[in-house]
Amino acid sequence: MESFIDATGLTKTFGGIRAVDGVSLQVNQGEVVGFLGPNGAGKTTTMRMLTGFLEPTAGTVKLAGVDIDKAPIAARRHFGYLPEGAPAYPDMTAREYLNFVASARGLSRAERAVAVDAVASRVHLTRVMDQTIETLSKGFKRRVGIAQAILHDPKILIMDEPTDGLDPNQKHEVRELIREMGKRKAIVLSTHILEEVEAVCTRVVVIAAGKVVFDGTPGAFEARAPEGVSRNRMDHVFRELTARSAEVAS
Amino acid sequence: MSASRPFSVVARRELRGYFATPLAGVFLVVFIFLAGIFTFSLGNLFERGEADLRPFFQFVPWLFLFLAPAVSMRLWSEERRLGTIEVLTTLPIPLWQAVLGKFLAAWLFCLVALGATLPLWITVSWLGDPDQGAIVAGYAATAMLSGLYLAIGGLVSALTKNQVIAFVVTAVMCFLALLCGYPIVLDFFEGWLPGGARDAIAGVSVLTHYQSMMRGVIELRDIVYFASGIVVLVTATTIAIDWRKAG
Repeated sequence: MESFIDATGLTKTFGGIRAVDGVSLQVNQGEVVGFLGPNGAGKTTTMRMLTGFLEPTAGTVKLAGVDIDKAPIAARRHFGYLPEGAPAYPDMTAREYLNFVASARGLSRAERAVAVDAVASRVHLTRVMDQTIETLSKGFKRRVGIAQAILHDPKILIMDEPTDGLDPNQKHEVRELIREMGKRKAIVLSTHILEEVEAVCTRVVVIAAGKVVFDGTPGAFEARAPEGVSRNRMDHVFRELTARSAEVAS
Repeated sequence: MSASRPFSVVARRELRGYFATPLAGVFLVVFIFLAGIFTFSLGNLFERGEADLRPFFQFVPWLFLFLAPAVSMRLWSEERRLGTIEVLTTLPIPLWQAVLGKFLAAWLFCLVALGATLPLWITVSWLGDPDQGAIVAGYAATAMLSGLYLAIGGLVSALTKNQVIAFVVTAVMCFLALLCGYPIVLDFFEGWLPGGARDAIAGVSVLTHYQSMMRGVIELRDIVYFASGIVVLVTATTIAIDWRKAG
C-alpha cells in the first residue's frame, strides 16, 4: 500500500546554509512518528516542507499519493497542520476561528456547526468557545490550534510541538488524543520530550544538522543505550546521536 | 447550502477583524472629521457660494494618502508576525483567492468610510442644485483611487512583517504614484533618465487620471487605468507571497 506521507530527498538551503540535507520520510497509516532533534536541527523546516509552506530546494513530497508541488490544493485537503507556536488570530473567538477554518476547507454551514462542536468537545474547548483567543491560557490556545488541524478529520496530521506549554494533565489528554487518532491516520509530531515518544509514538526519527541519524521503533531507540545506563536511557541515546553528528557537521 | 467561495471566506474574516478592534471606529471617526474640516473650513464650501463637492474631492486623495496605508499595513505583515500565514497558506484555497479576499475586505472598508461622507452630498443638494453627475463621478474616482492605494499597500505589506515600515513605505509609494506626472517628482528624474522613461512615469500619474474623472467625465481609459493598476498590483502581491515560499 502507498504511504500516506512520502517525502524523498528533502533539502533546504537558506543563503548557502543547508538547514535540511536529504531527508526522506515514509509514513504509513497507523504510524505516529516522533520527530526529534536539537534546536536548529531542521525539524520545523522539514515540517514546513511537508506541508508546502516552504518549497524544498530539492526533493519531493507526496501526501496521500498527491504531489504537493504539482497539485497543492488537492494535497492540502489531506492533512491538518499545527504550525510552531500554534498561531491563531487573537481577536477572534475560538468558535469564529474554527468556523473560518471550516469554511475555508469548504464545509457548508450545517457541516460546520457539526464539525466545530464535535472537535470542541473532543479537545475540551467547549467551555471557552466564545472567548477571544487572546484571552485564553497557553493550554487552551494550543488546543485551538490542534482543533483547527483535526476538524476535517484528515488522513495526515503534522504537528510542530503539540504539547509545548501544556501542564502535565493537558499533556496527558493531548497524548491520549494523538494515540487514539494515530490508529487511523499517519501522524508526524515534533517534540523535545523523550518520554512523549515512549508514550505515543510507534516510531522515532532523529534529525541532527539537517540529516536523519536514527529511524526506528522507540524500543530500538532505547536499546542503543549501553548496559550500564539505567536512568534516562533515551536521553543518553539522544545525546549520543546528536553530539556525533554535530561533530561531523563541524 | 453550498460552500462559499474561498475569497469571500477570507474577506469576511478580514472585515470582521477590522470591526473586532478599535481600528475601524478610530479610522471612521478620523476620516469623517478630517473630511469635514477639509470640505468646510479649508475648502471654503460656504464662502465659494457654489453647491458642489469639489473641495471634498480635491482633498480626499491627500486624506487617503495616510489613511489607506493605515488599513493596508496589516494585511500581510500581521499574518506573518502572528504566524497565521502558515495556517492560511496551507488551507486548501488558492493563494490568489486569499490575496483577493484580503484586498476586497480592505477596499470595502474604505468604501464604507467613503459612504459615511454621504451627508456632505445631502447637505450640498439641500443647499443648492449641484451637478449630480459630477458628484457621482467624484465618488467613483475616489473609490478607484482608494483601491489603487490599497493594492500598493497590500504589496508592500506582503514584503515586510513590520507594520510601521509597511505604513511608511506605502505612504511614500502612494505619494509618488499620485504626483508622478508633476514637476515635484519628475524633476527628480531630470538629467539621468531618458525623456521617454520620464514620459512613461508621467503617464502613470494617479492625480492626472483622478482629476480627469473628478471633472465629471467618466472615461473608459481612466477606469481601465485604475482597474489594470489594481489587477497588476494584486497579482504582484500573490507572486511576492509565493516567492517567499522558496525562502
